[in-house]
Order: sequence, then C-alpha cells, then structure tokens
Amino acid sequence: MSDSKKPRRDFIKLSAMTLGGVGAASLLIPFISSMNPGKDTLALASTEIDLSPLEEGQSLTVIWRGKPVFIKHRTKSEIDSARNISLEELPDAEEDSARVQKDNWLVVLGVCTHLGCVPLGQKASDTKGDYGGWFCPCHGSHYDTSGRIRKGPAPTNLSVPPYVFLTDNRIKIG
Amino acid sequence: MSSNELQGYKKTLNSPYTGIKGWIDSRLPLIRMMEAEYLKFPVPKSLNYFWSFGGIAMFCLIGLILTGIFLGFHYKPSADDAFDSVERIMRDVSFGWLIRYLHANLVSFFFIATFVHIFRALYFGSYKAPRELVYIFGLTMFMLMMATAFLGYTLPWGQMSYWGATVITNLFSAIPVVGDAILTLLLGDFTVGDSAVNRFYVLHWLLAFAIVGLVVFHVITLHMTGSNNPTGTEPQSWDETVSFHPYVTIKDLNATIFFFIILAFILFYYPNILGHSDNYIKANPMVTPAHIVPEWYFLPFYAILRAIPDKLGGVIAMFSSILALGLLPWLDTSKVRSCLFRPIWRYCVLLFAVNFLVLMYVGGKPAEGLYVLISRIGTAYWFLFIFVLAPLVGFLETPRQPLTITNYLQSKKA
Repeated sequence: MSDSKKPRRDFIKLSAMTLGGVGAASLLIPFISSMNPGKDTLALASTEIDLSPLEEGQSLTVIWRGKPVFIKHRTKSEIDSARNISLEELPDAEEDSARVQKDNWLVVLGVCTHLGCVPLGQKASDTKGDYGGWFCPCHGSHYDTSGRIRKGPAPTNLSVPPYVFLTDNRIKIG
Repeated sequence: MSSNELQGYKKTLNSPYTGIKGWIDSRLPLIRMMEAEYLKFPVPKSLNYFWSFGGIAMFCLIGLILTGIFLGFHYKPSADDAFDSVERIMRDVSFGWLIRYLHANLVSFFFIATFVHIFRALYFGSYKAPRELVYIFGLTMFMLMMATAFLGYTLPWGQMSYWGATVITNLFSAIPVVGDAILTLLLGDFTVGDSAVNRFYVLHWLLAFAIVGLVVFHVITLHMTGSNNPTGTEPQSWDETVSFHPYVTIKDLNATIFFFIILAFILFYYPNILGHSDNYIKANPMVTPAHIVPEWYFLPFYAILRAIPDKLGGVIAMFSSILALGLLPWLDTSKVRSCLFRPIWRYCVLLFAVNFLVLMYVGGKPAEGLYVLISRIGTAYWFLFIFVLAPLVGFLETPRQPLTITNYLQSKKA
C-alpha cells in the first residue's frame, strides 16, 4: 500500500468508528428512558383533598405521588412566628408569604430535604423541634412553622408541591 | 507466520495427561491450569492464619449464592408481596427459616472475613508493588459487596429496608442540578416503591455475579505475583515455599471450619442479633422509624457521611474514603512492606483499625453531641492516614532490615 492511500484509509476508519459510536450511543436512549416512571405511575400524579374537617392548629398528612404531603392549618401565632424573622437568619432564605397561597394554610412535602425521611410534628404528641414546626429524627434537621430549614444537615426548605384551591375548602395537589 | 511460531502455538495443545483426561485437557487446558495454580502452586511457607481469610470470604460468597438461589425460588419482588413472601419463607417453606437466616448471617460473616482480609493487606503491605492490581480488584469487590448487601437488605421490605433504601438512594439527590432527575430515573418512581424493589432484586443478583467475576481477576493477578507473607520479602528459593495443596488447603479448611462454627453459634442461638427488629414491621412510607441505622458493616462509612455537616460533602467524603484507600500503593513511600519491620507505620495501621471500630460505634449512635465530634476526629484520621501519614512515615522512619522467610521462621522458633 502506498503512503498516498493512507490518509484515505484513515478517513474511512474514523468515519466508520464515529458513525458506529453515535449509533451505539443512540441505542442507549430507549434503554435509559425505560427506567423512568411509566405512564401508569405518572397518571397518579394528582390528589384532591377536602380541608373542611381541619380545625385551626391541626395537621393532615395526605399521599401524593407516593410521598407524604403535610397540610397545616396554622394558628395566628404560628403565622407570626414564621413572619417575624429576618431572612438573614435562614440557611435557605425564603419569605413565608412566598411559600403559601393562603396565610393559614401551609402545604409542604413531608420529605426531609436531607435524605428523604418523614419529619415528626404532624401529631399533637410529636416533637416539633426547636422552631415549632417539624423535626427530622434521622439526622436532626429542625424546620419552622413555614417548613423552612433552621438547624441541621438538610440543605433546603421543605418543598412546596404545585397545588390550587378549587374552592375555599378544597385543594388539588399536582 | 513462520513454521516455528506455528509450532509454538500448537505445543499448548499437547497435554501432559493421557486417556480421557488427556483428551479433554488437550482441547480445554483447565485440568493443567488447575494443577499448576491450585495443587502445585508455590506459596511462602511463613503464612499465618491471617492468610486464611481470603479463602473464608470465598466460602461465604459461595454460601450466599447457594442460599440466595433457594430464597429466590420463593421470594416475590413487589411492594405488595415482598414482606409477606419473606414471612412465608420463614413460616411455611420447609427449612425456609434456616436458608434465610443463613443468607442473612453469612453476609455479616462475609464482611467480618473481608475486614480482616483488608487489615491483613494493610498490616503486611500486601498492597505494595507488585500487587497493586490484586489490591485494587479487592477494593472494587469490597465496594460491589457493599452495594449488593445494601440492595439485598431492601428486599424483605420491612421498615428498615424501606427507610434505609430511601436514605441511601437520596444520596444521589446530592448531585447538583440533575440529582433529583437521576434519582427518579434510578427508582422508576418518585419514591422508593414497587418499581424500586423489582429492580433492586435484579441488581442484587447481577452484582453478586459481578463479584464472582472479579474474584477471577483477583486470583489471576495474585497468581502472577504469588502471595505476600508476614515478612513482606519474596521467597528466595523453593525451600522457602510449600505447595498450595495440601499445606494451604488443609490450613484454610481448618480456619474455615472454626469460622463457620462461630457462624453456626450465631445462626442457631442469636439469628437476629446482627439485624434490626424494626425490619419485622412491614414498610410504611408514611412513618419514619425514630432511629434509622444501617447494617453494622456500613456503620463506619455512615459515621463518615454524618461527620460532614454538608449533604454533598458528606456523600463525597463517604465514597472517597474507600476510593482513597486505592491510592495507598502509590502514596506509601516506604521500601519495606511488612509492619513487622516498620516501627512507626505499624502503629499508624493499628490506630487505623481501632479508628475503624470507633467509627463503627459512633455510626450506630444518634448524630449529636460528643458522637459527632468523635466521628469528625475519626474521619480526619482516616484521610490523614492515607494522604499524610502514608507518604510522610515512609521518609521519617528507619525500618529494620526485613528478615528472609527462613530467618523469620527460625527467629519465631527461638
């Protein structure tokens, strides 16, 4: 084989390998995609809840997408304690008003943002942590009455799921 | 190809055996290989009982696979059926209780054997050249072992299974930006659930056999260099070696029997002592147990995870604690392998072992007060040992002249 033919051979080799590589990589897409939640799982993605039985100061835990959602009918003092605080004291600064749609109703995911445990504080007998909200028993994260992280290893506030008020006493999560 | 090369190629087909054995061996040279590697294979004659733990670990692995196959005949990997199918194995399946308790306790003993085996490698310098790859394959197996054990622990679908799985899979959510998407992809759902237990079951099997595959590499690389021994010096002549069979086989068998007697004692008298009673409560996604603890063999690493007050930092520290051990062959600057002849490093290694046990203790305690402080000191020493002491001590200490195998054995007699 003469030297002048070599670059041409290299070009063919390189193109074939590139095309083969792209093809093999494309083949991965359906396999990786198949690992995502299926349509049946996604179809269960919204939940409706009647809030009327909930007295002031009471909490309710409902299931949405297999996760617990905390619904808290906050008292006046709980709202005040969530508002009367400067944002600088918060590890994950967020206004209480940005986390609720109606002041007396707090809706947050009951999943600790550290490693996914369910924090305590929903039952009257539960410990509510140093800030009167929730306390995660796994690694000791304290949340306030707005579900914001105040102390402990959790990096962010309890997240607020997407929800709408259908009527004054009925919400739809998801 | 010249005719000489072809001749050389064909020579491998000539078996030293005759008859049926020769017929097979000339086509599949396994018999020859087994004889060379497992019967006649020369081993330093100064090995002590620390060298039996590799073989013991292998027996544990075989036992786990055999009991696993029989459990698999009855187990149902779904969120609805898993817990009940395990209870059925315990109550209704003939000898099901024995097979499951064996499987559950063998894991613990597999880890005991592996911890001793790794300590042996550190103390006698088995990780040093030319055995770096033996060591790295070993550490890789250790990580796969932890993954397999974690996946297996989720399968009974009790409270500890469920919440252990939730906490550990949530480690992936620490990955910046794409963490949550990756977590959903891995679980096939927004939480640990039916989809997760199904794939965990498949992966539990897959990784178990991946470990078997790595055992082959571990042994091939070991048989290229030969075994290390307490002196850390290589055998100088055939006189300083014995054949693998019967000397090592009988000794390892002896050690294995003693080891399995202890296992039998735990198995028949305290089968649940190494487990957690909460795992006999069916998984409940709405209630987290007051105190989640991983299995005992994960505790040192769990302590490292919790020692760092930052989520991502904790995850990185935990994974890198094992990965960093893989750098030891290159970070250790000493020319002498065995701690028997290294006055300072010896205490560093012993302290590392004690530190491991201390981390194991605090890993099982609540993350508060003094326990957090101890776990931080322990974590600091772990990395100090690898990144500072290993390179530094090699320069600072003056090792004693290592004894040859013959002199070592004479000095022990005297």
